[in-house]
Order: sequence, then C-alpha cells, then structure tokens
Amino acid sequence: MSLLEIRNLHAKVENHEILKGLSLTVNAGEVHSIMGPNGSGKSTLAQVLARRENYLVTEGEVLLDGKDLLAMKPEDAACEGVFMAFQYPIEIAGISNVYFLRAALNAIRKYHGKKELDAMDFIPFYKEKMKLLEVDESFMTRSVNEGFSGGEKKRNEILQMALLEPKLAILDETDSGLDIDAMRIVANGVNAMRSPDRAIIVITHYQRLLDYIVPDFVHVLVDGRIVKSGGKELALTLEEQGYVGVEAEASATAVAV
Amino acid sequence: MSTDTKIIDSLVEGEYKWGFVTEVESDSAPKGLNEETIRLISTKKNEPEFMLQWRLKAFRHWLKLEKQEAEPKWANIKYDAIDYQDIIYYSAPKPKKAGPKSLDEVDPEILLAYEKLGLPLNEQKRLAGVAVDAVFDSVSVATTFQAKLAEIGIIFCPFTEAAQRYPELVKKYLGSVVPYSDNFFAALNAAVFTDGSFVYVPKGVRCPMELMTYFRINAADSGQFERTLIIADEDSYVSYLEGCTAPTRDKNQLHAAVVELVAHDNAEIKYSTVQNWYPGDPVTGKGGIYNFVTKRGKCEGVNSKISWTQVETGAAITWKYPSVILQGDNSVGEFYSVALSNHWQQADTGTKMIHIGKNTRSTIIAKGISAGHGQNTYRGGVKVLKSAVGARNYTQCDSLLVGDKCGAHTFPYIEAKNSTARIEHEASTSKVGDDQIFYLQQRGLPKEDALSMIINGFCKQVFRKLPMEFAVEAQKLLSVSLEGSVG
Ligand SMILES: Nc1ncnc2c1ncn2[C@@H]1O[C@H](COP(=O)(O)OP(=O)(O)O)[C@@H](O)[C@H]1O
Ligand SMILES: [Mg+2]
Repeated sequence: MSLLEIRNLHAKVENHEILKGLSLTVNAGEVHSIMGPNGSGKSTLAQVLARRENYLVTEGEVLLDGKDLLAMKPEDAACEGVFMAFQYPIEIAGISNVYFLRAALNAIRKYHGKKELDAMDFIPFYKEKMKLLEVDESFMTRSVNEGFSGGEKKRNEILQMALLEPKLAILDETDSGLDIDAMRIVANGVNAMRSPDRAIIVITHYQRLLDYIVPDFVHVLVDGRIVKSGGKELALTLEEQGYVGVEAEASATAVAV
Repeated sequence: MSTDTKIIDSLVEGEYKWGFVTEVESDSAPKGLNEETIRLISTKKNEPEFMLQWRLKAFRHWLKLEKQEAEPKWANIKYDAIDYQDIIYYSAPKPKKAGPKSLDEVDPEILLAYEKLGLPLNEQKRLAGVAVDAVFDSVSVATTFQAKLAEIGIIFCPFTEAAQRYPELVKKYLGSVVPYSDNFFAALNAAVFTDGSFVYVPKGVRCPMELMTYFRINAADSGQFERTLIIADEDSYVSYLEGCTAPTRDKNQLHAAVVELVAHDNAEIKYSTVQNWYPGDPVTGKGGIYNFVTKRGKCEGVNSKISWTQVETGAAITWKYPSVILQGDNSVGEFYSVALSNHWQQADTGTKMIHIGKNTRSTIIAKGISAGHGQNTYRGGVKVLKSAVGARNYTQCDSLLVGDKCGAHTFPYIEAKNSTARIEHEASTSKVGDDQIFYLQQRGLPKEDALSMIINGFCKQVFRKLPMEFAVEAQKLLSVSLEGSVG
C-alpha cells in the first residue's frame, strides 16, 4: 500500500476550480518534488492535503496509509502524520516557541495514546533538533515566529517537522526568501529526515533547492493537473525549457495518445 | 457568512458552569429601598451608630442623585432602566444556630456550594496558602485562617465583624478613598452594603499567605452590595484575591460593590480579581449580572505601591475602573487587565491614574477580547497634577477580535499639568485569524485548544501578574468562556 494515493482530485476555492483532476502516488521512503508556475495550484494541493476548511473538494479521493484523508479534520490529519511546512508561517504572539512545540508534540502523543511530556521531559527532545537546525536557546523562548526573519521562520518550520516526525511532510516553497546559508541549513534538516518510513513532498518553483534536496521524482503541475512526471533530471529540463515548453510538449504527447 | 466566521462562531460558544442554585432557607428583607431598609440592614449587622448615620447620609445623597437622574450615562453600555424598588437589598442564609462560630455550624449546603466552586472551606481540604472569606449573598459565612493571621497582627474578617470589633479603624478609613458622594453606585453601595472583607496589615508585616474573598450571589431578585477595605500600614505587604460567580437566572441582578485600598509609606497592595459572574444567556442575552463597581486605591505614603490585576470574563455588563491616587512621592500604580466580552456581554472598563506626588509612576496594560456580539470598551484616564514633578505613565491597550460581529473601542483621556511628565500610549487592534487557528491545528492541536492558545498568548502580560494558582484558574476560565462544539 502506498503512503499517499491521490486520485483524480478536483478542488475549489471560493468557487474557482483550482485542482482539475490531479493524481499522484507517493510511497514511504520517497522524496517527490512538485514544480510549477505561480498560481498553478501547488499551495492549494498542500492545503487540501492538510485539510484546510475553505478548500472544497468536489471530486476524487485521497488515501493516507489506506485511510480516507479527506474525511479528517486538520488536527486529525496532523496526528495521522501529515505535516505541512507553510509557505508563509504564522505568528502567535505571547506563546513561546518551546511551549508551542511541546503542545504540538503532546497533542500528537495524546492522539496515539502516549504519555504527554512535561517541560523537563521535553528538553532532550528539542535540544537535539536545535543542533540540527543550528538555532540557539533564544529561538525557543521567543514568541512563535514573531519578529523572526524570513529565514528563521522557515528554519522553525523544519524544526517543527524534525520534532513531530511526520509520515508525510509537505514543504511549500520552503526555499523562498532563503539565502544560501539558510538554504543549506534547511536542506540539511530535511535530508536528515529522509527515512524509509517517511515521504517528503517538496514544492518549489526553482530548481535551486533540488541541488540540495535531491528528489526521487519530479512532477510538473500546470493549471491544476500534473502534466509531466520524471526523475530528478526533469528539474533541469524545466530550468532550460521553462514550464511553457514542458507543457507544450506534454499536451502534444497527450494529443498523440 | 464566510468560512472564517463560521469557524470562529463554533469556537466561542461556551457554557456557564457555575450556574447552580443552592437550596437554603434565607432571611430576606422585603423588596424596596427606603430608610427602613437601611435601618434594617444596620440592625441585622448589629452595627455601631456611626455606621447607620453614614449609611443614611449616603442614602439621602443617593436619593438626590436619583432625582437628578444622575445614574452614569457616559459609559458605552446599553441596558434597560433598573427599578431600584424591585430589588431585595438584604438576603442571608438562615443560620442553623444563631451566628455560626465554627464551620460545623455552617449549613452543609453552603459548604457544598463552595466545594462545587472549587473552594473547599473545611479544615482538611482548604487551599494551602490562601485564607478565604466566603461571602454568600449578603453575609460572610466563613473565614479561614483568621486565627493564624491574627498571631502576626493581621486582621482579615467580614466587614460586619470589623465594624463591631474595630470601629476606630473602620471609622478612620471608611469612605476615605471612595466617599459616598463619589458616584451614583458608590452612594447606593454606601447606603445598603451588607458585607465584604476587611483587611488590616500592621507596620512591618508581610502577609505570608494570599487573602481571598469569594463572592457568591445565590438568592433570586437580590442585589449584592459588598464593600472591601484594605489597609496596608507602613512597610507592609499584602496580596489579595477576589473571585465571584452567580446562578443562571433570566432576570438581571445588580452587583454594585466598592473597594477601597490604602497604602502607607513603603507599603504594597496587590489586588487581583477573577470576575466570573453569570454573563446572561449566550443566545438571547437574557439575564446576567450588572457588575457596576467602584474600586480605588490610595498610595498615601511615600514609595508605596498599588497594583490592580483583573480578569473580567463574566457579567452581562461590566462598568469598572480600578484606579490609583498616587499621592506619596515615588509611589507606583499599576493596572493589568483582561476583559472578555462574548455573546451579548458588554464591558466598559479601564482605570484612572492620578499623579499627585513627585516621581510617581503608573503602568496600564489593558487587553480586551471581543467575541460573538460582545462589545468591549477600554476607558482610561491619566491625570498628572501640577505637583507631580517627574511623573511617568506607560499605557498599552490591545484589542483582539474573535469573529466579525463584535466590537472594540478605546477611549484614553490624558491630562498633564506638569511639563516634566512623560506619558506614553500604545494601542493595537488585531483579529484572531483563520490562518492562525489552522496553523495550530496543522500541528495537531484541536480547534478549541488553538483558540485558547492564541488568546492566552494575547493575555500573557496580564496573567503573569496573577498569583500562580489564580493564573491557572484564569487561563482555564478563558478557555471555558470561549469553549464550544467542534463542528
Ligand atoms: N483563498 C483563496 N481565495 C481565492 N483564490 C485563491 C485562494 N487561494 C488560492 N487562490 C487562487 O488559486 C490559484 C492557485 O493558487 P495556489 O495554489 O496558491 O498556487 P501556487 O501555490 O501554485 O502558486 C491562484 O489563481 C490563486 O489566486
Ligand atoms: Mg504557493
């Protein structure tokens, strides 16, 4: 059984159809990259998988480990192992990062019937991840994302992912707004998370990130559909030909079929 | 309605969990307000003559105000006219024996009521480190740790007892900070107040435990008019807490209290309130307590300090401005407030800092949360008199909106007559976003926990000022007040 099975997914936002029959299979252990021009529906896909309520699915199905993901509430999807690194991470004033991280981990542990961690028990859990993402103590005591630079916010997303150990991580443009050093740190964090029982979907519209996080598969999303899939070389082809070229080629193939 | 507001709506439906009624026989005055009512109260309380005279003066003043229709109208609140003749001004649970002297003599129903409220009064179960005065309708039914406090000279007792046992102290301080002529409700309270707490901390004593009064309105059609007087003598310290709840009833009930604080040289009073009166029916807005309260402290001595911390989650209407008169040089006044107006609740609350002494400092941190159809108003005054050389004030006033049918309003008044004064004012308004809630849900937190976390973050600066146990209580209370069914 695949970890994630998306079949013929159609989704609307405010009455606009954005996803128009998207299918994708992702197995545990794989890293997939989804590339596509602005507005093609990449974030919409991520939000639908994370079960955001104002995205209306009109057709199709999504199975996570054989379970109906579309029937889940956002928090249940999260507890079932879906993690989304936000394109624009949200600020929560007055709540320290460390408190937030513990609350999140505990919510998931509780869901699985595991003992919740008190502040002391939690220390070893996050210390190790802090090293991985190269952040210092003050990062943990500051309010969630408040006053964080763009790069710090993205690092915080990956820190959360490292801590929550999801089955399926979806990174939405995690590379946007990162300088080369931050990119390296974030990529290291993500690569450290690669594991036979975890899948990662990297959404980006630049090839650059994929030099650091090398995907097993690359998919091209245009106008709500995956128009082409291939190996990591596809990212390079895209870089050369642009989306328009790939799309034209894909539709030519479609006509030929 | 957008999805955004639907999500928020489903979150802010809470249920009032303190709405039970205790079946006790009570001894009540007939409805209505006249000199007879006041004489009756004074007799019931076995008060010295000066008290009766003071009450009568207050009553005559109130009558005048009533004739002039001087009930305050400036606040940003709406309610039907109150019929002052339709209220029971005295209602006390009938003691099984005359004047219960020990807890064994208190009606077990009442003990049970306090236990249900999370405030066990009997010896074995008492809260550690907190002395409690339990006021039930018009009378104090029990006060814990009184003897222990007396050993170090601290007086902590029902007001009625103070008037009988310490008339000189009461006479000296009663009305010294909030005179009966202060305002319409203060005059009413002075005329008819029935009980409350009295605290005196002698020179050089640091009160070793939190003192707490828990006000419970139980009887129907009654009002609660209590009066609290706290005096901190030179070099003393006391932390005092106040909590309150009432049964669910569909008629509005009036609660018009007065609190007076006096801090002498180098003394500090920390006064914390968690107000959780019945807020009225969440759907219709029917019923609920009118919480019309006058609270004021006087920093009489040099280097004295008074801090008000309030978490106002209940009541149909809150009208309340705990203030500080900064008379002693270098004295400090603080006001930390969280006010929540959910459903049909209205709150018009804030503070007034009056700088008289040199180098007096005040800090105001006010957090208003509006949800449902709630209307929340911050009204604050900072007044610096000519004498207040070097006075400083910092005000921060933040509003948080949950949903789009509620409102937040801010009215800061600043008046500085001394050019050396430094006054800073910051204000912000924000909205709990669908994106914030989704972010937290995406990390595994259920919707209610997500909202509760956002609100607690917003209130953090204020919660930090509450004594530990109260802070936890206040956080829970806010979550409950905002709790609802997850759709
Ligand atoms: N909340 C929304 N309301 C209205 N339109 C939206 C909303 N979110 C996305 N869209 C529209 O859906 C399309 C796809 O957006 P998105 O999934 O964010 O694309 P991408 O992430 O690939 O850039 C765009 O045309 C965008 O304007
Ligand atoms: Mg996007």
